[in-house]
Amino acid sequence: MTDSKPVPFLQARGLTKSFSGVKALRDINLEVRRGEVHAVIGENGAGKSTLMKILAGVQPQDEGQILIDGSEALFNGVEQALQQGIALIHQELNLADNLDVGSNIFLGREPTKYGLIDTKRIHSEATKYLQMVGLKIHPRTLVETLTIGVQQMIEIAKALSVNARVLIMDEPTSSLSQLETEELFKVIAKLKSQGVTIIYISHRLFEIKRIADRVTILRDGANAGGLEKNEITHDAMVEAMVGRDISQFYSREIREPGENLLRIRGLRTRAWPQHAVNLEVRAGEMVGIAGLVGAGRTELLRAIFGVDSALSGSITVSNDELVNHDCRTAINKGMAMVPEDRKGEGLILETGSRNNIGLPGLDQHRIQKFFANAAREKLDAQRMTEEMRIKTTSDLQPVKYLSGGNQQKVVIGKWLSMNPSILLLDEPTRGVDIGAKQEIYRLMEELALGGVAILFVSSEMEEVLSMSDRVLVMHEGQITGELDRANASEEAIMHLATGGQRSVLIEEENN
Amino acid sequence: MKKILGIFGLLIVICIATALLSDSFLKSFNIENLIRRSALFGILSIGAAFVIITAGIDLSIGSVVCLIGCLLPWMLVECEMSVPMALTMVTAISLLIGFTHGFLITKVKLQPFVVTLCGLLFYRGLTRGIVQDQTQGFRGDFSSLRTLSQGELSIPGTDFGIPNPCLILMGVTIVAIILLNFTIYGRYMLALGRNETATRFSGVNTDRITILAYVICGLLSGLGGMLFVLDVGSAQPVDFGNFYELYAIAGAVLGGCSLRGGQGTIIGVVIGAAVMQVLKNTITLVDAIPTNIEYAVIGAVILGGVVTDELVKRFAANRGAKMAK
Repeated sequence: MTDSKPVPFLQARGLTKSFSGVKALRDINLEVRRGEVHAVIGENGAGKSTLMKILAGVQPQDEGQILIDGSEALFNGVEQALQQGIALIHQELNLADNLDVGSNIFLGREPTKYGLIDTKRIHSEATKYLQMVGLKIHPRTLVETLTIGVQQMIEIAKALSVNARVLIMDEPTSSLSQLETEELFKVIAKLKSQGVTIIYISHRLFEIKRIADRVTILRDGANAGGLEKNEITHDAMVEAMVGRDISQFYSREIREPGENLLRIRGLRTRAWPQHAVNLEVRAGEMVGIAGLVGAGRTELLRAIFGVDSALSGSITVSNDELVNHDCRTAINKGMAMVPEDRKGEGLILETGSRNNIGLPGLDQHRIQKFFANAAREKLDAQRMTEEMRIKTTSDLQPVKYLSGGNQQKVVIGKWLSMNPSILLLDEPTRGVDIGAKQEIYRLMEELALGGVAILFVSSEMEEVLSMSDRVLVMHEGQITGELDRANASEEAIMHLATGGQRSVLIEEENN
Repeated sequence: MKKILGIFGLLIVICIATALLSDSFLKSFNIENLIRRSALFGILSIGAAFVIITAGIDLSIGSVVCLIGCLLPWMLVECEMSVPMALTMVTAISLLIGFTHGFLITKVKLQPFVVTLCGLLFYRGLTRGIVQDQTQGFRGDFSSLRTLSQGELSIPGTDFGIPNPCLILMGVTIVAIILLNFTIYGRYMLALGRNETATRFSGVNTDRITILAYVICGLLSGLGGMLFVLDVGSAQPVDFGNFYELYAIAGAVLGGCSLRGGQGTIIGVVIGAAVMQVLKNTITLVDAIPTNIEYAVIGAVILGGVVTDELVKRFAANRGAKMAK
């Protein structure tokens, strides 16, 4: 307390933390005022999550202090942090989805009556906390029947039920749709008005611009500055995070696309069987598909690639029509797909980059019909590791030890080794830090320049706007609009994505 | 590689200990017999390994051994089939069983445990029904066919010979090593055992590869059943091959296969199967160990092996994570 400023509500002083010799946090300071929404931002690996875990008592710090209302708080585990009113809401939700909402809120501290669980009290109490987060569901509802957004609210209600005064939210919107995000913001505003302090971590800078009162920026495990409400701008945040000036997100030159490589007519997927989709992608063209989570974008890509079979419709790749095709046929036709779920669908985590990159090529490069071409596999992996600058100790190091950005590069590299002519990408930069993001964009750009037709799905507005030659907006299974580069704007996309008017152009095409 | 050395070390230690504790262990009769048994179980374990590598399981191995072991003499003696005909039949039955398992698991999407548990019950009951619970034997005939199991390749200048099942195992091992490590099918098995979805996304018809694994297991179970009955000379449908699936699976696990899939080496599995047989032999020969605790000893050794393996893995993972940082 060097000057006359009021004592901050929650303060971290000189926090240091090492993991097996590597410093994750170096002398971190953080000041959070009572009742504010305080954002903590930084690239992946900047130390945000570690800092939050220390604040919530998940891990102890090596050095430094945590002060609450000016007096030192020693946390020896999550329980003690909770007693002090600090609750962490993890990025991955921790609900038992086979239980009902009320049981989840009171999990581990169920009120009892005659030694049995007092369900009546659980329900009356749970209803109270559900109302606080604006949910009107019955506490007996099974969690597994609820959307991710609602589940997140239940996590918040659970934290409130232990009288949390500080809510730490780690990437709360990462799997929420736009509408659910709006709901979350409303709840945050409401909690704030009730005096709850919120520490908010997100990669999505526009969210922070909207809701944060102050911002603390971390870079490489150290403080990299802070911003007051009036200083919070997109550029200021990006600059502080990467430590350099990025005046533009990513700029591309515009070219005339080539011949039609991919043509979809009347494609219906299981997600939205009532709506058919038509689209085209030309050589060298980058087409972005925007829309809310659940709009059927992933299902569309999966059907095109042949992971799931389409209900009806035709898929034409360079004048060949694919009928009831599987992935192998799609790959042989020059298609490649970088899936949304990198760890579940893109990678074999326990094996190295060599085998991951080599996997799709084994079939085409087989020797004497049966044998795997190990030499070719090794060369492909080497080439891709160099071209994509994948950071790994060896091509046999299991990819689960790589950072998100490097993992994504392995997934992309695995497909580039096949020299695809059509590249489908589903959320190509999700969970990837800014540095790797720029590299992936540069790569997409190079591929498009080389004549690859690129169709990508993204929930990041900036990504869609800066990368697409054309933006297709989906809403509930149908393409509600097509925007060219000149007309694509955040407002226009949101309008279409939330079910606004369909553009006349598309209407005509459908007929 | 380290894993293979580890399990090989265990085998050597048990052999030396047994040799020290019992005079009969190193007698050539015992060694030959031991090698013969190890080879027969090695064949079953390799079959189990293929299925386990694809993150599956086959509990029906013992019952398939029983089915083939009883049907072969039954067809030859009772039905008076020709030898080639009978061999063709048992091969076809083995393949069909493997294919059915694979089909039910991939296309009908049943769990491997359930499918093969039903198989375990079904083939045992089927065998007993077909042969009316009568012991099936060769009645002293078919001695040339029986040399497949009973014969040996004598090593010149010694009175020692390599039992034929051991030669067959070597052949099976070589083919299995090539199949698993050098063909695209083996590589697909290893990949889909780790992550089936990602493998499917890479353009692999994972259903077909999984079926292939069960077909291999069925075929090797059948081969094992045939060699077992040719060795022993007769088979009782009630208990022939009882628990063999557990020895096969235990050998594979001890040899480095993880039931989570995607891991395992053929050499390790063969050594693992040998460890099981040497242990059984030890318990029989060493007077200090009462024979009735056989299963307890085997259980404890497998558990010890798996725990050690897990600890080593954790240590390696920590090191790997450090290196990555």
